Amino acid sequence: MAYITPASAKDPYDVIVIGSGAAGGQSAYTLTMEGARVLMLEAGRNYDPRSETPMFKTNDQAPLRSAGTPDKPFGYYDATIDGGWAVPGEPYTNASSERGRDFKWWRARMLGGRTNHWGRISLRNGPYDFKPRSRDGLGFDWPISYEDVAPYYDKVEMLIGVYGTNEGLENTPNSPEGVLLPPPKARIGELLARQRGRKLGIPVIPAHRALLSKALDHRGLPAKLHPGNAKAQRILTEDMQSRAACFWATDCGRGCAIRANYQSTTVHLPPAMATGNLDIVTDAMAREITVDASGKATGVAYIDRTTGTEHRARARVVVLAASACETVRLLLNSKSGAHPHGLGNSSGLVGKYIMDTVGASWGGQIPLLEGYPPHNEDGAGGLHVYTPWWLYKEQLAGKLGFARGYHVEFGTGRGMPGYGSYGDDSRGSTSYGRRLREEARRYYGSFVYFTGRGEMIPNEDSYCEIDPKVVDKWGIPVLRFHWKWSDHELRQVAHMQKTFADWIAEMGCTSPRRPGSDGSKVIEPGGSIIHEVGGTIMGADRAKSVTDAHSRTWDAPNVFVADGGVFASNADKNPTLTIMALAWRASDHILSEMRKGNL
Amino acid sequence: MNTPEPVRIDRRAAIKWMMAAGAGAALLGPRSLLGAPGTAPAHGYGTDPATTKPYSPGDIWPLVLSGAQRREVAALSDVILPAEGGAPSASSVGVTDFIDEWASAPYPDNVEDGRVITAGLAWLEAESVRRHGAVFADLGDAQRLGLCEEMSKDAPEGSAHEAISKFFRLFRNLVCTGYYSTPVGMKDLGYVGNVPLARFEGPPPELVAKLGLADEVRW
Repeated sequence: MAYITPASAKDPYDVIVIGSGAAGGQSAYTLTMEGARVLMLEAGRNYDPRSETPMFKTNDQAPLRSAGTPDKPFGYYDATIDGGWAVPGEPYTNASSERGRDFKWWRARMLGGRTNHWGRISLRNGPYDFKPRSRDGLGFDWPISYEDVAPYYDKVEMLIGVYGTNEGLENTPNSPEGVLLPPPKARIGELLARQRGRKLGIPVIPAHRALLSKALDHRGLPAKLHPGNAKAQRILTEDMQSRAACFWATDCGRGCAIRANYQSTTVHLPPAMATGNLDIVTDAMAREITVDASGKATGVAYIDRTTGTEHRARARVVVLAASACETVRLLLNSKSGAHPHGLGNSSGLVGKYIMDTVGASWGGQIPLLEGYPPHNEDGAGGLHVYTPWWLYKEQLAGKLGFARGYHVEFGTGRGMPGYGSYGDDSRGSTSYGRRLREEARRYYGSFVYFTGRGEMIPNEDSYCEIDPKVVDKWGIPVLRFHWKWSDHELRQVAHMQKTFADWIAEMGCTSPRRPGSDGSKVIEPGGSIIHEVGGTIMGADRAKSVTDAHSRTWDAPNVFVADGGVFASNADKNPTLTIMALAWRASDHILSEMRKGNL
Repeated sequence: MNTPEPVRIDRRAAIKWMMAAGAGAALLGPRSLLGAPGTAPAHGYGTDPATTKPYSPGDIWPLVLSGAQRREVAALSDVILPAEGGAPSASSVGVTDFIDEWASAPYPDNVEDGRVITAGLAWLEAESVRRHGAVFADLGDAQRLGLCEEMSKDAPEGSAHEAISKFFRLFRNLVCTGYYSTPVGMKDLGYVGNVPLARFEGPPPELVAKLGLADEVRW
């Protein structure tokens, strides 16, 4: 089994997985390693990070010094292919163009999806994050608890490799001893932020990121991950040996040719392919889940993007891992006699409660960091330290005016110079000649930049539905978005900015700007942070949710949602690690039900 | 300058910073960076360029500045970043090609910048001829410096000089971007990364001690 064309699909399969990113990759991995025959459909093209990653390329070798463009919003070297907030030929619409009411939808049409470019920040949800309504009366509780998911967090961390430390902070879970890899040393600006943050009561601890700060333990881990499965252990042992440890160069956003960080294409798919149980069709745009008269799924109808022709594949189980909103679109476009309002939509809740992460930033120039001796600060090609939310008690006591927290990510140091990043222009200087050279050397690396990443509470006004008029270039109806922030998010970003301004002042910035207090003016638009989840939320009551505690749709017994769609809340923690943990858990359930003959 | 001005973080620079920081999804881009749904420029490098292949300005979209305009670009670039010590001048490391590439690119922000650049170059040429009887590239050092000094002055909003001031800031930013992203520029700035390492050592202990941060080193 291998990369195949639609004509060579050997169906029926046990499972069709739609999507190849974090959710699809994890689902395919778990299912094939345990013996299931899987067909994966990916809407984008095939992609090989080993040969296609621009390792070590400097910005002067790129068009426009790699500045962001509409073709490549994160710059020329960003790993994203055929993706962005706009994808040619694949529109979406917004019900309102009013500021704060529109949603930007990021997609990546490539094998591995968004896992190729993401920040690799891998934070566990904590106990509060699964039961937020029980804690503060807002939003929804999940039908599962931290204890249900913890074993899967353990497994995912062992499989993909995550660096970090166990600090035992509130609602910031430790991993079992020996699971995390050692964190990289903090950069100089990060040490300064740590020292000065303490004066404000703000903790700074190692970030958790999916990157091999040292090689994985290929002798011990495979047996822990696949007990009693000699074939899976052998495959994983070989695969772990073929992943190199980080060599501390090249931004992770480009992807990684040596497979030192996590991408679905470098970590999940190679061992899954090695089982011989996985077929992948790329350029396969899923259009509809097909069902029988009883409403049970029979397979998937999809369009070959290279020819425009439609194909059908059959399977016992369909796993949706298309990304939260694309999964909503597929379900709503799968109308039948048994599912007149779209598959899984008997509750009318498919598409409801879309959440993104709340984002705002603030930066400053720090004289203490001017002109320090040159040294290599590339490090792990991303975040080394972060600040987990630290005001749980004050918040619960109602002292903050907003109900949910945020974590803080850092930008410091001397990254590879590119568009504007020598730093000097941002000060508004107009120097030239010798003075410009002196200022450039002096100020390069002397800036700190704080970014808040906060929890949004699901609300009735943030959802997506099928646009009644607009279709994409294949004639598939597209999504229309509705969006609204609540005061909780707007007050949260105002708090972020004030905190960051205070912090920057503590770090010795001599002329800090002061932020305004109107959060609506600074909050990043919905979808900007690319953490959209919800739309097929899981719950204990089929009238109030789309999926059950095992990520199965209430209405079709053999349809599962493995992506972020099932999130009943969107903690400040970046969603990818939780998506993988839940996908593994859902796949275990699928395997168990298959073995029992229930699927 | 002892008191830095308030920080105005360039939006595209901010995106680059946050990519470097790993907070990949920081979105601070102007509208045209996001793009309207379903729209894309007709002749850019597209959404699937071969990023590992060699590239030179002019390979994808034609460079549109005239020979005379390029001479002005080179001359002004070299006033902004002249050769100094062992460091070469801006025009000698490809900054002219970069600014031409930038002004010629089909993306909306570049089209707008291209208009600012060509208008600024036209002003510079006319003003050089009017005052000194020759185009900027043929002026002596003192005359070039005089014009550069004038362009670098802040202009009140709505004043006649505002367009010139805007042009100068943009041009200066592009000269710096073009220069400091080259190997000689990176060396001049003190960027020493982009090399594979067996271990990441973190900041030098002497620096950590000098800033009083030794107690912060816990891992």
